[in-house]
Amino acid sequence: MSALATTLLETGETSTAEAVLFWTLGPIMVLAALSLLFAKKAVHAALSVVVVMISLAFLYVAQDAVFLGVVQVVVYTGAVMMLFLFVLMLVGVDSSDSLVETIRGQRWIGLLAGVGLGVVLVGVVGRATYDKPFGLSGEATDNNPTGVAHIIFGQYVFAFEVVGALLVTAALGALVLTHRQRLTPRAGQRERADARVAAGATLTPLPAPGVYARHNAMDVPALGPDGQPLESSVPRVLRIRGQEADAEEFAARTERVLAGVSQVRGNLPPQAAPEGAAVNAPDLGAALSDTGQNGPSTGPAGVVGQEDGA
Amino acid sequence: MRILGEAVAPVTADFSNDTWWIWLIKAVAIVVFLLTSVLIAIWFERKVVARMQVRPGPNVHGPFGLLQSLADAMKLLVKEDMTVKAADKLVYIVAPMIAVFCSLLTFAVIPFGPNVSMFGVNTPIQLTDFPVAVLYILACASVGVYGIVLGGWSSGSTYPLLGAVRSTAQVISYELAMGLSLVSVFILAGSMSTSQIVTSQTAVWWFLPLLPAFVIYIISMVGETNRLPFDLPEAEGELVSGYMTEYSSMKFAWFFLAEYINMLNVSAVATTLFLGGWRAPWPLSAINDGMFNQGWWPVLWFLAKLWLLMFVFVWIRGSVLRFRYDQFMKIGWKLLIPSALAWVVCVGVVQGVRQFSGLDLRTILFVLAGIVLVGLLISFLIPEKKEPPAPKRPPGPQVYDPYAGGYPVPPLPGQVLPPSPRKQRAAAAAAADAENTTPQVTQEVHGG
Repeated sequence: MSALATTLLETGETSTAEAVLFWTLGPIMVLAALSLLFAKKAVHAALSVVVVMISLAFLYVAQDAVFLGVVQVVVYTGAVMMLFLFVLMLVGVDSSDSLVETIRGQRWIGLLAGVGLGVVLVGVVGRATYDKPFGLSGEATDNNPTGVAHIIFGQYVFAFEVVGALLVTAALGALVLTHRQRLTPRAGQRERADARVAAGATLTPLPAPGVYARHNAMDVPALGPDGQPLESSVPRVLRIRGQEADAEEFAARTERVLAGVSQVRGNLPPQAAPEGAAVNAPDLGAALSDTGQNGPSTGPAGVVGQEDGA
Repeated sequence: MRILGEAVAPVTADFSNDTWWIWLIKAVAIVVFLLTSVLIAIWFERKVVARMQVRPGPNVHGPFGLLQSLADAMKLLVKEDMTVKAADKLVYIVAPMIAVFCSLLTFAVIPFGPNVSMFGVNTPIQLTDFPVAVLYILACASVGVYGIVLGGWSSGSTYPLLGAVRSTAQVISYELAMGLSLVSVFILAGSMSTSQIVTSQTAVWWFLPLLPAFVIYIISMVGETNRLPFDLPEAEGELVSGYMTEYSSMKFAWFFLAEYINMLNVSAVATTLFLGGWRAPWPLSAINDGMFNQGWWPVLWFLAKLWLLMFVFVWIRGSVLRFRYDQFMKIGWKLLIPSALAWVVCVGVVQGVRQFSGLDLRTILFVLAGIVLVGLLISFLIPEKKEPPAPKRPPGPQVYDPYAGGYPVPPLPGQVLPPSPRKQRAAAAAAADAENTTPQVTQEVHGG
């Protein structure tokens, strides 16, 4: 890099190293710029802009504008393009462009600006090509940031301050435009908890899916103390998709196993476990509930109602 | 109107004797140094955290378990390399590479020591340096974030995307505070070249006069590297493991590598800018005409300071809990950035007074101390803000309705529950049993 810079400083001629760098970066930049135009995904377009910017920074550094090159990466690549990506990722990249003109005469203005840019570019490139190059003058022998500082804070200090004021105004404007008066009191953690309780939602975590001897899958509902399957124990997504397993079937199997055991022991009469019966779950529930006065409650329905209330 | 530029060479280190093979040796040495340091850092972190939690830590493979991280690396290499179906293939593969390459770039401008003789060539122990070297480090860090962001986006999955968005917001907000804290060093050192900044710390290391900036830098460097307590982009409890959820095997290992190299990077920057770089600590630096500041000795001091900061990283991780996201953002925007801005203004004013009035630093410091003292005295005279009077509570226990809010609430201090229905029944029964004794309803007073 330093050898390259000295060549530029002394003669203004392009050295071999610079030529190699330019002809490597040039095609990359052109390809990236084209892919900005033709990329289908917005994120890919943004990435090609990043490639162009970083390659440009390399060229600036090769031209002995080290400060400009590094600031280009910090400000444009690091901050501005990052915000672009941020928005693209959040908004979603599938939204298609609409061809409706939102500003009247937008296309003509765009065309005019494009032609203007072309003229300026032709002028600049022409001057660079046909004038005799004179290299960097004595200014650049000063080290880079100091030289830039002398120009900005000496020669152009007024313009610099005007730009600063403009930027502050723009930032304030953005704040004012996006500010909204709070019409309702702020709902904090406390308020949301109160609202949940007032709505009668389940305060504890919902019951876990059923765990049986052979099934502990998410789609098997748990049984309540009354022996009824608890709908809310199965994840809501499975319930909506209709992928919930039949609790009765599993309960029946359990019953069969239990009945087999008891038959061996001879504690229960054989008719207590009829094959494939719809299971005496209510009886079980009645036996389990401590008083026996309430009988089998409408547990599942009640819980589902509560959960829907949440 | 020359103020700072006077007699300040752009770069102190002298690279004029370097040849291409010297560059090659230095570059390869830096990469080897970084990779082995990462292996040691993983072992170091696990060992230190284990000591803090009163357990042995890795102790099976090699002496003191030193080969544990090598075994882990091998395990990662031979794991199945999966590419998610929903992934954006190209970006998915490129993202971890961006993260690693950008993290490898920083050490190119970090000075390990002064000029030494390397195979007969007199050259500084530093790959390169230029007038905006510190800005270059910031630029590398900001491009490195693309690795995280793109990795999260290209996975085509929810948690990685959330992790990526969090990391963007985090890095943008903490890089501001970080940059501002570095500005005060630039002002005092009069340069942004790393070798020049180390030279400017011959008399005093900048962390002493610039203590607030140093503290801000230490906080924001933890935020910048996504480490606990600021590891929100990969918070396991909330986002599985954030942006790297869908990565496995080598691609995951690259993200891992990048994170640890970044820790080394920010520690090296803190060492160079605030802790005197490769300069020997005070009593040693005075021995034998600065013997310890010459030759290869400085590498030792540099590494000692670097690992001290790495220890701070592990220490913080071992003792502080993860922040909530909104708290984290509040610290960044409402505390760090304003205080960093105020500090830069203070340093700028002091430096301006020094340059323009020709006063020496001692006078300025005495004047500043006087101002602070007067401010302190005045602050004693200002009457304190009165606390809002506490709501008056009637003396004695107070019966309240526990169901007033719609659900049962336990009594506050000074309140009592109304007698329960069962107790009322019991009292009535007691009254029925013995009519001549008056029923006594006992009331429990909670808390008093």
